[in-house]
Amino acid sequence: MAVFDKNPDKEWIKQRLIGASICILLLFLLLFLRLVYLQIIKGEEFRLLSEKNAVRLQSIKSSRGLIFDRNKTLLVDNRPSFNIKIVREDAGDVRKIVRKVAGLIQIPFQELMENIAKAGKGAFYKPVTLKNNISRDQLAILEAHKFDLPGIQIDIEPTRYYIYKKTAAHLIGYLGEINYDELKSNNYLNVRAGDSIGKYGIEKSFQEDLHGKRGGRQVEVDANGRIIKILRTIEPVAGFDLNLTLDLGLQQAAEKMLENKVGAVVAMDPNNGDILVMASSPSFDQNDFIGGISSKKWASLISNPGKPMVNKAIQAEYPPASTYKIITSLAALEEKHIDINTEVFCPGFLKYGNRKFRCWKKYGHGRMAITDGLTQSCDVFYYQAGIQTGVDALAQYATGCGLGVKTGIMLGNERKGLIPTSAWKMRRFNEPWQGGETLSIAIGQGFDLVTPLQMAVFIAAVGNGGTLYRPRIVKSIESNDGKSIKKIDPEIRGGLPASRETLDIVRNALFNVVQGARGTARGIQLKNVDIAGKTGTAQVFSIKKGEENKSEKLEYALRDHAWFICYAPAENPVIAISVIIEHGEHGSTTAAPVAGALIEQYMKNF
Amino acid sequence: MFDRRLIENFDWGFVILILTISIVGLVILYSALTAGHDAGVVHILFKKQIIWMGSGFIIMIISLLIDYRELDKLNLFIYALCVGLLVSVMIFGQLGGGSRRWLVLGFVRIQPSELMKIALIISLSSVYSTCVCQTGLNFNKLIKPAVLCIIPFILIVNQPDLGTGLLLLLIAGSITLFVKVERRVLVALSGLCFAAIPLIWFTLKSYQKSRILTFLNPDRDPLGSGYHIIQSKIAIGSGMMTGKGFLKGTQNALSFLPEQHTDFIVSVLAEEWGLIGCSALLILYFILLFWGLNIAYNCRNMFGSILAFGITAMIFCQVFINIGMVMGLMPVVGVPLPLVSYGGSSVITNMVGFGILLNIRMRRFTPN
Repeated sequence: MAVFDKNPDKEWIKQRLIGASICILLLFLLLFLRLVYLQIIKGEEFRLLSEKNAVRLQSIKSSRGLIFDRNKTLLVDNRPSFNIKIVREDAGDVRKIVRKVAGLIQIPFQELMENIAKAGKGAFYKPVTLKNNISRDQLAILEAHKFDLPGIQIDIEPTRYYIYKKTAAHLIGYLGEINYDELKSNNYLNVRAGDSIGKYGIEKSFQEDLHGKRGGRQVEVDANGRIIKILRTIEPVAGFDLNLTLDLGLQQAAEKMLENKVGAVVAMDPNNGDILVMASSPSFDQNDFIGGISSKKWASLISNPGKPMVNKAIQAEYPPASTYKIITSLAALEEKHIDINTEVFCPGFLKYGNRKFRCWKKYGHGRMAITDGLTQSCDVFYYQAGIQTGVDALAQYATGCGLGVKTGIMLGNERKGLIPTSAWKMRRFNEPWQGGETLSIAIGQGFDLVTPLQMAVFIAAVGNGGTLYRPRIVKSIESNDGKSIKKIDPEIRGGLPASRETLDIVRNALFNVVQGARGTARGIQLKNVDIAGKTGTAQVFSIKKGEENKSEKLEYALRDHAWFICYAPAENPVIAISVIIEHGEHGSTTAAPVAGALIEQYMKNF
Repeated sequence: MFDRRLIENFDWGFVILILTISIVGLVILYSALTAGHDAGVVHILFKKQIIWMGSGFIIMIISLLIDYRELDKLNLFIYALCVGLLVSVMIFGQLGGGSRRWLVLGFVRIQPSELMKIALIISLSSVYSTCVCQTGLNFNKLIKPAVLCIIPFILIVNQPDLGTGLLLLLIAGSITLFVKVERRVLVALSGLCFAAIPLIWFTLKSYQKSRILTFLNPDRDPLGSGYHIIQSKIAIGSGMMTGKGFLKGTQNALSFLPEQHTDFIVSVLAEEWGLIGCSALLILYFILLFWGLNIAYNCRNMFGSILAFGITAMIFCQVFINIGMVMGLMPVVGVPLPLVSYGGSSVITNMVGFGILLNIRMRRFTPN
């Protein structure tokens, strides 16, 4: 058992090394025998296969899953498209063949050669795309000359088709060819170079479900590349279909009303968080992106001042303006700074420090308590409530109501808005919070920023008695033969930080905003349905003293944004809506009628 | 300081052998490169490989100036340095192909997992040289080596680079078997390995699982990696006895294989030079390996013997896995063929290994 010293025992080392040598010898023998098997025993067979060079690989694209609305109306379909490909190995003189094709279907020779160049030098045996999506006439010509065109093959591949042009374009999204970084990221399953993947919206978030699995076949071809025999086929697996929560009819109605305006509409079911409408204007045609958008079209989309490529429902952030007074009400009531009877006198302004903060109503509202204050949207009442509550408590309630945080909708690029606190201002500007800023915050101006979707989720929670839902856009996922793959259940994110009594006070006031004699949105009253809501007018540009109500004369870009958030029916609501019209000036005149029309249409089904 | 006897003992034969394999490697590489790339690119890549080989030779020669026994004393320092590099790859590493393997230092990119192989061999040799005994090692003596292996293994698998990680374990395993372990320890460890297989299976990435399943049943994925193996087998088989001749491989010319200048390079050799060419390369490697074992035998120092064996084991594992994989004897893992496959890190690592072998050889008569 002696441990060796530094000088090894020669005999022992020798014995170990002989063991190692035998292992190496045996394993090398295995390699050699394998070589003999492949090169001598099976050599003839493999030589023949390699000389004919006849085994080709053809891939069969899977068809992407379909997308339906909540009533099973088909929104996104696949249509067959005819794509010309060339196998350079079989074509022989590639330039000659391509020139012939170019002549036959009247497409510039140069364009076709550029498409080949994109494929690079390698893999002569692989089909390379010459031209995608040729017409049926062009197809007929090529088929007729098939035998003069060695190496040319025409594949029928499914291509995306968006049936309702421009409808819910931001929500559904579009496709694009996978790029190098995406390909290398290993984030995408079953894809390869040249594939289309979702780049935006639902097409992107649900890429994995929609994509399916590519199939392919190994074929034996003759000298001209024509298939002699199919050796093996793997059938492609179609992607899964999505059933959305979207209501197509309502979506189209909302988009029609947004036409020629800039803004967004979100409608949801307050009882489960289902998104019924998500419209953002201006919109774009998703079909333009199929097979690569032309640079001219892209440039016009990008340079449009209305920013059509932004989904304003989740990506645009606006000051919530007077709609924020609901939050201030909840905070002040819950913190017991006011109660239902606390009255404030509004002379049309509030002096704070040496500044005068004005109410939108120049000569004031007189004495009023919270119900009238919210119904008539008195600024002075909320200046007072804000001062007593303080910026940080306000922020705490706003965050509790789902503002300043992402709603968790399954779409990329959602913005979370901004709810300022005194600590935030210190961090951001290295300046202490000013008391006057609290006054701005209390009426939803200043630093406050929210997205239309956040406001929809919030007003839905007010309507349903306090439950904040995570907005749901896809109800269920099914395989193309109708088997259920996945159900996405409604998800509760939490509750509003308010008691039953507090909510009742606020809900009563919101009811008066539309149904009351002095409400700011009384213009949209419907016969059969009671609506509860709140208007808002977000200042883009601060108005000078004494210039009240003169914004009709202001430049378009300086006009105020118009808000309206609401739910209906006021008791047991079935729909909650948030509308923003950029530069729409008054919530009551531009935003509220949109919501009113949508409710009228939706309630016909109840 | 530098003894004249060292020059007398310099092993010229070994250097000539390495040079021969390198030249054979360059010839095959040239053919593999011409197929898939434009003339300009071939020129650049080929030149790069020659520069790597030249630098490798220079590093090999310079390393001879230091007595290899210094490595024994410095083993923990070298080990810690390499682990440090692996950790910094994790943090600062360059992302490529979905994994972090490369560290950019100025104008060179290094792959610390390659250097780790050498560092681990040195450390294990150092540990084992103090505790070898006739009856073999018991459990207690294996704890330290096990820890030394696990740390870099986890770091490399995390990159993720399962191939290199497993190669590391394989090399460490061969060294451990070489120094002998007690029979009961051997039985227990084998049992443990079998038990670990299902556990490892669940931690594999989906593409790794698919490669292993495809290896077990090539028909499973005739359009993906199964297709590569089929094409590789056609290339090798069609070479027959004498091959199709230099630059005349048709499978090669059509770029049927995706990695023909790196991992699949043997298929090019087999197609163009046939069984004769392949056997010649196998014989060259065979001589190289026996030369290494001979160096281990003639060394009068336990550390040196184990070290020489470790380096030889490293070369062997790479040769066997690479050729076995290309011929469909093994799943597809990214292990390059020493001195033949394109790639700088692999060339440098192997040259450093050869330098150590030469070093041990040269100082075989110097007293401890």
